[in-house]
Amino acid sequence: MAKIEIDGKQVEIENGRTVIEAAHLAGIYIPHFCYHKKLSIAANCRMCLVQVEKAPKPLPACATPVTDGMKVFTASEQAVKAQKGVMEFLLINHPLDCPVCDKGGECELQDLAVGYGSSASRYQEEKRMVVPKEVGPLISTKEMSRCINCTRCVRFGQEIGGIMELGQAFRGEHAEIMSFVSNSVDSELSGNMIDLCPVGALTSKPFRFTARAWELSHRRSVSPHDSLGSNLTVQVKNNRVMRVLPAENEEINECWLSDKDRFSYEGLNSGERLTKPMIKQNGAWQEVEWQAALEYAAKGLRQIADGAGAEHIGALATPHSTLEELYLLQKLVRSVGSDNVDFRLRQSDFSADGKQAGAPWLGMPIAEINTRDRILLVGSFLRKDHPLLAHRARDAVKKGAQASIVHSADDDLLMNVANKAIVAPDAMANVLAQILKALAAEKQAVVEASVQSAEVGSAAAAIAKSLASGERVAVLLGNFAQQHPQAAQLQVLGQQIAALCGGKFGFLGEAANSVGGHLAKALPRANGMNAAAMLAAPRKAYILLNVEAELDTHNPQQALVAMKAADLVVALSAYKHQATDYADVLLPIAPFSETSGTFVNTEGRVQSFKGAIKPLGEARPGWKVLRVLGNLLNETGFEYDTSEAVRDEALSGVDVAAQLNNAVQGVALETAGAGSGSLQRVSDVPIYSADAIVRRAASLQNTRDAEAPCALMHGAELSRLGVHAGEQVKVSQGEGSAILVAAADDRLPQGVVRVAAGHAATAGLGAMFGAVTVEPITGGRA
Amino acid sequence: MGALGFILNAEEGERSWRLAEYVKRGGYSALKKIIDENIPPENIVAELKKSSLRGRGGAGFPTGLKWSFMPRQFPGAKYVVCNSDEGEPGTFKDRDILRWNPHMVIEGMIIAGYAMGCARGYNYIHGEIWEIYKRFEEALEEARAAKLLGPNILGSDFSFELQAHHGYGAYICGEETALLESIEGKKGQPRFKPPFPASFGLYGKPTTINNTETFASIPYIIREGGQKFLELGRPNNGGTKLFSVSGHVNNPGNFEVPLGTPFKKLLEMAGGVRNGHKLKAVIPGGSSMPVLPGEIMMETDMDYDSIQKAGSYLGSGAVIVMDETTCMVRALERLSYFYFEESCGQCTPCREGTGWLYRVVHRIEKGEGRQEDLDLLLSVCENIAGRTICALGDAAAWPVQGMLKHYRSEFEYHIEHKRCLV
Repeated sequence: MAKIEIDGKQVEIENGRTVIEAAHLAGIYIPHFCYHKKLSIAANCRMCLVQVEKAPKPLPACATPVTDGMKVFTASEQAVKAQKGVMEFLLINHPLDCPVCDKGGECELQDLAVGYGSSASRYQEEKRMVVPKEVGPLISTKEMSRCINCTRCVRFGQEIGGIMELGQAFRGEHAEIMSFVSNSVDSELSGNMIDLCPVGALTSKPFRFTARAWELSHRRSVSPHDSLGSNLTVQVKNNRVMRVLPAENEEINECWLSDKDRFSYEGLNSGERLTKPMIKQNGAWQEVEWQAALEYAAKGLRQIADGAGAEHIGALATPHSTLEELYLLQKLVRSVGSDNVDFRLRQSDFSADGKQAGAPWLGMPIAEINTRDRILLVGSFLRKDHPLLAHRARDAVKKGAQASIVHSADDDLLMNVANKAIVAPDAMANVLAQILKALAAEKQAVVEASVQSAEVGSAAAAIAKSLASGERVAVLLGNFAQQHPQAAQLQVLGQQIAALCGGKFGFLGEAANSVGGHLAKALPRANGMNAAAMLAAPRKAYILLNVEAELDTHNPQQALVAMKAADLVVALSAYKHQATDYADVLLPIAPFSETSGTFVNTEGRVQSFKGAIKPLGEARPGWKVLRVLGNLLNETGFEYDTSEAVRDEALSGVDVAAQLNNAVQGVALETAGAGSGSLQRVSDVPIYSADAIVRRAASLQNTRDAEAPCALMHGAELSRLGVHAGEQVKVSQGEGSAILVAAADDRLPQGVVRVAAGHAATAGLGAMFGAVTVEPITGGRA
Repeated sequence: MGALGFILNAEEGERSWRLAEYVKRGGYSALKKIIDENIPPENIVAELKKSSLRGRGGAGFPTGLKWSFMPRQFPGAKYVVCNSDEGEPGTFKDRDILRWNPHMVIEGMIIAGYAMGCARGYNYIHGEIWEIYKRFEEALEEARAAKLLGPNILGSDFSFELQAHHGYGAYICGEETALLESIEGKKGQPRFKPPFPASFGLYGKPTTINNTETFASIPYIIREGGQKFLELGRPNNGGTKLFSVSGHVNNPGNFEVPLGTPFKKLLEMAGGVRNGHKLKAVIPGGSSMPVLPGEIMMETDMDYDSIQKAGSYLGSGAVIVMDETTCMVRALERLSYFYFEESCGQCTPCREGTGWLYRVVHRIEKGEGRQEDLDLLLSVCENIAGRTICALGDAAAWPVQGMLKHYRSEFEYHIEHKRCLV
């Protein structure tokens, strides 16, 4: 520890820390631009120059390490003269166009110029200007002339985003931030660079010129997308969400947001919003009053329950629904006598149901990912499914962790991956068995015969070796593994691998409320039907909560057949969507921004939030709609005044921490085959197709990540089919097919075709996994 | 060209840059002596300290002291780097050393590697001197073939690899940490110090960087002893020094003279001021150093301490001579343009301030100056100097301050009459 004195205040701080950190501890503000607590030290802006006793020149506080007995003066004559000198330099080439600048009112340069700038400039020469460049649909660099070259954006890319998409080109006064040879900025974390920019050089394209910072009310909220549960500041004007910024939470999203969390709000203001209850009568949709719509729905449900039987009613919800909605949905369905309720819409293997000790979760706090020294990722499109967890994994790798992956695709994770086993989906369980066997050999442990029969290949051996030498191991199953037809096998194998290393085992939860759905009991008990069963054996009536059947389910083909065959489909949705084809009642419910609710993130953290604005049109919070439906069905126990009352009931007597448990017992390990060899489908759910809101976020839909799905295959697979990249092919599965452009990806294993799910272009296809055929279309060059 | 000393003596021999010729002049005997006598590295550093050798690149830091900063026992890679990126206007000495005497630099670097426990060295050669880069590469090949370089030098267990690295002409890459960045393949921008290269240098490893001329002085010191080297010059200013004399002299070129030689004598060696003109001013240490009036220089000796006393610095030893026909406004405009053009753009005062200085001086030169511009220039200089990551900020400010200190009236005349005084 070093004892230092800053402006007369005594501070004690560890050696190796800097003066600016010590000042922060002492509550003393030192002006700065390039310094950012999450980024490396650049010391280039020179705004934080302070006087240090015995130093002949002022020193930058951000880069000067503390030494015992040091005396620092942040506001002495020498320090202030230096700071004002720097401010003058920063302003001479700055356009000073604050009145028309989007950053006005929340600009670090503007704020500090008030304290350190003069009212008039001594600079009478010509100002530099920078020709604007185009970098994509999210970030505008149109006013790059405002840049003060602090390089925060550059360092963000290098150090946090994992990819340097912006750099400083040229020298001296001509130095300029730009992308590499007019590339676009495509990182899924790119929006953070807008936050980091201390001036108005990088601005948000969707938000630009729509509001001034001081007109916006700030409301805390929680992201409804991935399972991280990022904390949000939803900024509102005239009952409209104008933009979303991060709310800092070191244990969850730190000070970052993924672009999905940041820009998806455009979907909240989409023209496709459902704002009036509607009923289909004689094939035509009619807007009706709430009472009429709810009575219609209640009557229909009651008729089916009383007639065909309550087991003919099925309820499906997305895992993006709130805890309160999920809880009331299962309560409603169960009170009419059905046990058919599920939120695990993209899951296909339910063989672990009833054998699961608790709710599947991350298996550790989110922040512990950074401290792992070995990470085995099984079946995960980590960067796109969990952008900020990918950042934490990158951080762990940067600190020396070895990452290994077992997967059916090999997308760039923007980090060093020590070992990879990239195999077709039906060979994944076998690879895990190989790893388990090799690991058991290292640890001199005994494994079951089914595992013993696996033949250990070199990739599995390398992964086992890496894991065996780790002290803090994590084995994590991603979305792909959870959607896999052998998910339970992967789970058991993963769990045993983790156990042998004394490591943590966890699931990277699929969506905002994947853990919450379990706590809300929104899944079948012993005799109920799970999501897949409800669609495989069509029900007479469905209640859909936030579900777009053809986009949110494991097998859209099957889902659409079931919906179309049903007598009654009651859709609770924030959007008018394809449900108009098959639903009978459309009930407009509020998205997360317009309702109070609760999400339980992947580490089991219960996060409640309030509505940021009033519901649009006649939309109502989902929990209220379900409550009234309960009342109309004359069921008891639906007398809630607030969503908090619903939450408290849902969680009453529930020890959340005790409920989180990844253990599974009684699932027998099968002898895993090394793969069938026939062409199989590999599906990812593209980052901007994963839920209803983001699918309608216009700017995100213009990014590269939202490009139309292709049929991706290994080059050898393409030539086997006689197809060239860029030509159209017909991809068929079951009854349906899709015409897609073939593309080569030699990082894919042979014997697979990768076709995205969750997208209208592929909604005609069947299950996300399994056999698929690809045929060339003669003369079909796209 | 004069050759009073030992470094440039080489140019007199035929194909003097060849290994055989160098050996004939006593080359590599210092290295042989070290290997044969198994001289402990500490003794080499002690000998350097005794010699009072000061860094020849411009800052004049005592070389022995610098070498003693290297954590010799630090496990893993450590590097010796030679800075041959001389880009300061007026400086052209290192290229002549490498042209005539490349092996002397190689021998100096090998000894440095031995003394500081480094197994690898790099010579970063300026971007605009290709033929010299080529010659240095040839010299390296000769040394490798003769087992003077590479594994087990002269049969000992000491191994040292040395590579040449060609720069691309940016002045800033002569700043030692920008030079390291450039070797690493990055944009040449100086690093913030601390940490200094001795603890965090090339690829993050302990590194010592010296100028070409500094390395070239090492073999002599080892062969003849630090005391003898010191006696060549003056106390605290040991040895001979190369001065690159340019500008308004009859015989410009490199001159190697003992430190402490009177300027008057150096000027004589360079043939005196051209056309019998009167001496007006001298920049004694490269374009970044403050200018001194001729009459002061005529009373000054050429060593670190004397020139500092006179109000400037010895710098790299580039002596720019200006005669009475020189317009100081025009001279400063050219100098300021150089620093504006060569600023790397990393830190604010230099990125923004060098352009400001140049534009104001340019305006004065064009006849659009205002009297208040002169105080503005000084104030801008004050805000640049000492506030930047590297010394380029100082280098841009000092010429302005020097010019205005000694020739302010000439600037005032220029502003008032919109033309030169001379």
